[in-house]
Amino acid sequence: MKFAVTITLKKDVLDPQGKVVGQTLKNIGIENLKSIRQGKFFEIDLDESDSNKGEIKVKEMCEKLLANQIIEDFQIKKI
Amino acid sequence: MMKSSVIVFPGSNCDRDIAVALKKLQFKNSMVWHKETELPRSDLIVIPGGFSYGDYLRSGAIAAKSNILSEVISAGKKGSLILGICNGFQILIECGLLKGALLRNSGLKFISKDIQVKILSNKSKFFKKYKSGEVLKLNIAHNEGNYFTSKEHLDELENNELIPIKYCDKNGNIDLKSNPNGSINNIAGIFNKKKNILGMMPHPERMSDKILSNEDGLGLFLSLMN
Amino acid sequence: MKVNKDQIEAHGLTPDEYKKIKEYLGRDSNLLELGIFSAMWNEHCSYKSSKIHLKKLPTKNNIVIQGPGENAGVIDIGDDDAIVFKIESHNHPSFIEPYQGAATGVGGILRDVFTMGARPIALMNSIHFGSPKNHKTKNLLNGVVSGIGGYGNSVGIPTVGGETKFNDTYNENILVNAMAVGLANKNKIFYSKAKGLNKAVVYVGSKTGRDGIHGATMASAEFDDNSEEKKPTVQVGDPFTEKLLLEACLELMKDNSIISIQDMGAAGLTSSSIEMASKGKLGIELDLNKVPCRENNMTPYEMMLSESQERMLLILDDNKEKEAKKIFDKWDLDFVIIGKTTDTNRLILNFDNKKVADIPIAALADKAPLYERKFTLNKYKKEKVEINNLKKIKIEDALLKILSSPNHSNKNWITDQYDQSVMCDTIQKSGGDSAVVRIHNKEKAIAVSVDSSALYCKADPKTGGKQIVAENWRNLISVGAKPLAITNCLNFGSPEKADVMGEFVDCINGIKEACEFLNFPVVSGNVSFYNETNSKSIHPTPVIGGIGIINDLKKITNIKTKENGNLILVVGKTIGHLGQSAFLYENFAMNNGPPPEINLLNEKNNGLAVLELIKKGIALSVHDISSGGMLVSLAEMSMSSGLGLKIYKPKKLKNFYEYFFGEDQGRYLIELSKNNLKNIETLFKKNNVFHEIVAEVQNDTFEIEGLFSLKTKDLQICNNKWYKDFNAIN
Repeated sequence: MKFAVTITLKKDVLDPQGKVVGQTLKNIGIENLKSIRQGKFFEIDLDESDSNKGEIKVKEMCEKLLANQIIEDFQIKKI
Repeated sequence: MMKSSVIVFPGSNCDRDIAVALKKLQFKNSMVWHKETELPRSDLIVIPGGFSYGDYLRSGAIAAKSNILSEVISAGKKGSLILGICNGFQILIECGLLKGALLRNSGLKFISKDIQVKILSNKSKFFKKYKSGEVLKLNIAHNEGNYFTSKEHLDELENNELIPIKYCDKNGNIDLKSNPNGSINNIAGIFNKKKNILGMMPHPERMSDKILSNEDGLGLFLSLMN
Repeated sequence: MKVNKDQIEAHGLTPDEYKKIKEYLGRDSNLLELGIFSAMWNEHCSYKSSKIHLKKLPTKNNIVIQGPGENAGVIDIGDDDAIVFKIESHNHPSFIEPYQGAATGVGGILRDVFTMGARPIALMNSIHFGSPKNHKTKNLLNGVVSGIGGYGNSVGIPTVGGETKFNDTYNENILVNAMAVGLANKNKIFYSKAKGLNKAVVYVGSKTGRDGIHGATMASAEFDDNSEEKKPTVQVGDPFTEKLLLEACLELMKDNSIISIQDMGAAGLTSSSIEMASKGKLGIELDLNKVPCRENNMTPYEMMLSESQERMLLILDDNKEKEAKKIFDKWDLDFVIIGKTTDTNRLILNFDNKKVADIPIAALADKAPLYERKFTLNKYKKEKVEINNLKKIKIEDALLKILSSPNHSNKNWITDQYDQSVMCDTIQKSGGDSAVVRIHNKEKAIAVSVDSSALYCKADPKTGGKQIVAENWRNLISVGAKPLAITNCLNFGSPEKADVMGEFVDCINGIKEACEFLNFPVVSGNVSFYNETNSKSIHPTPVIGGIGIINDLKKITNIKTKENGNLILVVGKTIGHLGQSAFLYENFAMNNGPPPEINLLNEKNNGLAVLELIKKGIALSVHDISSGGMLVSLAEMSMSSGLGLKIYKPKKLKNFYEYFFGEDQGRYLIELSKNNLKNIETLFKKNNVFHEIVAEVQNDTFEIEGLFSLKTKDLQICNNKWYKDFNAIN
């Protein structure tokens, strides 16, 4: 069973990387860019057949390790 | 008198250090801000170490897109001597003047220490003042110095003497123990095909003053002087 | 809108404090004004519990250009050069988010230094963690070390040394103290005092977000079981923007546009604007609509209390704005005029064409509460520790136990993560008594060291306070530097507890006595109170950061023994004091007994004599004796070079444990060639300095004649073992 997990910085937390990447995109001619924030992506393959149990397990992974809950949020999607 | 240009990006930290070393050897040096659109006539172009753009996104990725780099790329293609040190090496790879990739150190931590490299071949403009097989003590300080490339390119590098320096121990043995960051085949620096562009992770400018360390790095600049 | 009782309490203000606020305003405050008072009146910004005691410290002499009271201290090192330095704490944020807490701590202290016109040339730190057995320690340690390295390396300033300690007392309250040192022209120092009316108040640097709102109040509150909820207030550092800000400020400082400048640290825009106005005895009026914001719909409260990093406030001279803006545009930084100086002596804030705050500046600064907290000075026992009943242990086993302990083991695994060589002026890196950094383009250098002795301070705070100043002094002398001045970071529990306050007062008395005697003034510093959790305080942990000057680059010594056949002398008498020693702690888990006494006269005589030997080229390597005693210091010299030592049994002292592990103060080990022995007799006699030969340098064997024999290699393996086992990743 596969899950896609996206880790992003919490709304009010400074994203120095996103700030610089956004400026660079503007400098190389990309127009109409309002903002860009950088995050992490994990593709998780579980040996599990029950989707609820799977999601609970992935949530545990995020809470225990993948996301730094002080400054990051996570989103889980079954793929 | 040899003329050099040192490109300065926001976040370059070792620009002053390399300028001091070049001045010591009486290069006529210019500091070139990344927003310039023209390069002064230079015998040597240096892209210094540091954290250009904070190493954000990927080390060197953002600097590679700056105005001045397109001038550096044309100069490189025309045969000008270009030296990329540490972050400079990362920038040369990101802009395509050198092939391969510089990944995160295998130990996953920033490493700052003195290491040894062996001169595999002194047949180049950069290393002619050294002896083949000579062991130098140089300094490294980086997070992403783990050189990696495809098998084809690796064979090309090995078979054409395009790897001037490899990490080794005090006695010149090139082995796993003396590899500080996991670089494939202990590669510490590489040339482009024409050998006019050199990228290296160790900092030669940090080994050019006896009071601080040694003068093992000076040979590189001495080699370039006519 | 008037504030209510709950809001007052939530802002950490007492009912009495609010009463005073009402008096100063002549009315009730609104929420914004309450927030501003809360930020300026908390311990971290106002020093309300410590000010009356800090006043006792010696802060002046002929080399001090600026003492405490500015962003950092400034001392004259000759030839128009000045050194600007300070140490500061970032304890609570680092416990909550270790990487960012440590990183922003480094960022903050760097700004304190370059805001005065100095280019930072060195960073150091003193970090303290709980027991390695505590489940939180590993992540905290790794996070803090990565954060310090991540920020310092990126800005391009060498982190040249520091100290890392472990003790149960910090299990729930780690300490992260960061020190920065900068070089300036003594005629071009920039201060924070505002001058002139209607001058432009300019905001430069990063945009303002919601970071760290109430960070300053968090620093002044203890942790309890609900601390996890306080999480969102930690700021994220951006070292890249810091580097840009540093270069832009230094570029602007080349001419005379800046009247005053202050970095936005704790309590951000609030503290910086008020401090500038207060020092200049002026008023300040800000238009908050002009503040560059990172987030939408930010309120005046959020803007004034935000602790977003990498921002400065400047007051520019007339007609300088255009040129100044060009510089900040070059470095891609915000540059906005957000207000002006006035003669009202009030802080006036406007937003959306309305006045939203109106406070007399004095109420926030000079007239902030000053407390004379109750303190009890305990009587500390001076009884000698009884060791005859202890289990018998071989001397070499006792030594190896100390060398392989977390506190004494080799810390290269930490310092290898810090770039120590960038800027190409680091003459001596970490691992010795002090770091040595050359003054760029000159034939002179400064020595820097940070030191603390929490166990001594707990056992007897006054003696402990004296001891750390003395140890810092010795560490600077050991590399051939003349000690000049210090900065201090005083980390304690709650000042509302009489015994903690007593420890604070006693430590200050000790520091004062040593600084006065040694002519070693305090030029800057920081106080961190409330380092306690569930009412359990940390040991009193004052940290001293000292600077010395070396005028001859050829006369710098280190701890590495140089040549077989040379002799090692101990300077200073060994009495054999084992109270509070590493020997007792590591081998028997004992922490009783008083700390060793400090004889300041001996410290001075012995130190100056050693310095003279270094200047004459007679002392080839030098190491001061501190934690672990003589045998540990001898082992450190040996491990540094790889050479061995043949150590002689003591002639007079019967108890070998007392002799080899005693932590008597005022002692140095020096290496000299046999034929120089006669040359030193006259010098030592003149200065009344005790000395005796303790060892001879030999090849790879480290031995005490007739007692044991080990290989130096084995000492090194033992000394490197602990971290490998602790982290066990590779």
